[in-house]
Amino acid sequence: MSDAPLIAGRGIVKRFEERTVLDRVDVAVAPGEIVTLIGPNGAGKTVLLRALLGLAGLDGGTVERRAGLIVGYMPQKFAIDENLPLRVGRFVGLAGRFATAEIEKALAEVGVAARIDAPVQGLSGGEFQRVLLARALLRKPQLLVLDEPAQGVDVIGQDALYDLVANVRDTHGCGVLLVSHDLHLVMARSDRVLCLNGHVCCTGRPETIGKDPAFAELFGARAGESLALYRHRHDHVHDAHDHHHHHDHAGHTHG
Amino acid sequence: MDEFFWRALLAGIGLAAIAGPLGSFVVWRRMAFFGDALAHSALLGVALGFLLHIEVNVAIAALCAVFATLLTAMLARARLAPDTLLSICAFTALSVGLVALSFVEEVRVDLVGYLFGDILAVGRADLAWIWGGAAAGLAVLGLLWRNLLAVTVHADLAAVEGVNVPAMRLAFVLLLAILVAVAMKIVGVLLVTALLVIPAAAARRFARSPESMAAIAAGIGAFASVAGLLASVEFDTPSGPSVVLAAACVFAASLILPQRR
Repeated sequence: MSDAPLIAGRGIVKRFEERTVLDRVDVAVAPGEIVTLIGPNGAGKTVLLRALLGLAGLDGGTVERRAGLIVGYMPQKFAIDENLPLRVGRFVGLAGRFATAEIEKALAEVGVAARIDAPVQGLSGGEFQRVLLARALLRKPQLLVLDEPAQGVDVIGQDALYDLVANVRDTHGCGVLLVSHDLHLVMARSDRVLCLNGHVCCTGRPETIGKDPAFAELFGARAGESLALYRHRHDHVHDAHDHHHHHDHAGHTHG
Repeated sequence: MDEFFWRALLAGIGLAAIAGPLGSFVVWRRMAFFGDALAHSALLGVALGFLLHIEVNVAIAALCAVFATLLTAMLARARLAPDTLLSICAFTALSVGLVALSFVEEVRVDLVGYLFGDILAVGRADLAWIWGGAAAGLAVLGLLWRNLLAVTVHADLAAVEGVNVPAMRLAFVLLLAILVAVAMKIVGVLLVTALLVIPAAAARRFARSPESMAAIAAGIGAFASVAGLLASVEFDTPSGPSVVLAAACVFAASLILPQRR
């Protein structure tokens, strides 16, 4: 495998009406690399992901994907209509033609194997995000694209989820492009942090990005100082069952 | 019992077989208004069939297919709320149909029959059309099932996984168009959506998978057809509304029975 990027967007421009949402954005993900995209609400993070995934057209720039690239996509938290009777195993299997054993393996990898026969609507926020990740992993992706994977998950669950993402990268060797609006939980295990606000404000290693003047300008001087990097903790283990009771019914979205 | 009654029963069961699965998707995709608008356009198909001297069923199916495609394109672009746009289109189409029918002089058009259905007037050719349409619709639906389900759950996710989302959406509304043409004779334009939505909604509480909901909905629809027709003969009531009422009774009963999960 070469180090050529799995996916590379160059000079991406995206407009809605007269408003320029993305202004000449460059972003690339190499194999085995975790790139975290942060920025305030309305910074165009999801718009950029959709453009990279080919879900929306561009008003300028190019997106190059490695030939035959398999993408595992985890969209922003969403609700499934109560009128659709759907169990977890079936939901995950919608990704394509997969044997039950493969589905069981994917669910086990993210720690929710026991929920295979549960209705998807009955999952807690953390469980649902894990199930989404399992569906993305089922396709054996070379690139994982995760849009706010920790949304609707409590703080302990977020820790565990970011751990899981980093472990998945290690075991599968895939590239990861991760979006977060949460400044305080930038993964320490990111290789690169990209700070977006319509354009790329700054980019760098997670340890140093908080000291970048552009970062301070965008998020306020104190944000950089208080920026809490998530650190991998070896002294305790979480799994989905620890936070079973933290249901998130609201189905809210952050812009 | 008379032959016309047996034909009516078979027609109702044939319609229920396709309306159950398709109606489940209508419920999941929240497209009841869309189905209604489509059904309202069918009357124009009837008028065109008479005016252009083509088979009325074919004219209805063709017109509904065109209307469904236009409606889908409009919904994707319009700034109006979908229910407002669908209302405008539904009543415009219905009115155009009624005006057009007023020009059909050479044939006495049984308007009430087209509005509310005239299942007891189903002939052999109608029966062949209903069962043929239902079988073709079910075959296509079966082929597209998983992809259609994936698009229904999350369109972007399905697109990234390689599903052609616009094609699936179009295929689904074309299936609805076929259903409207098939259902016209039985329940009429004003009651088509009832036969899609009510059995599916009644089935929800007993279903544990999408497929079982579709199958149970088909079963409830078939039961409602038989019960409604028997009642219609017994009490001399109009057949279409009687079938819909029977379905509504099953729905009401489903609310009382305990839910399985």
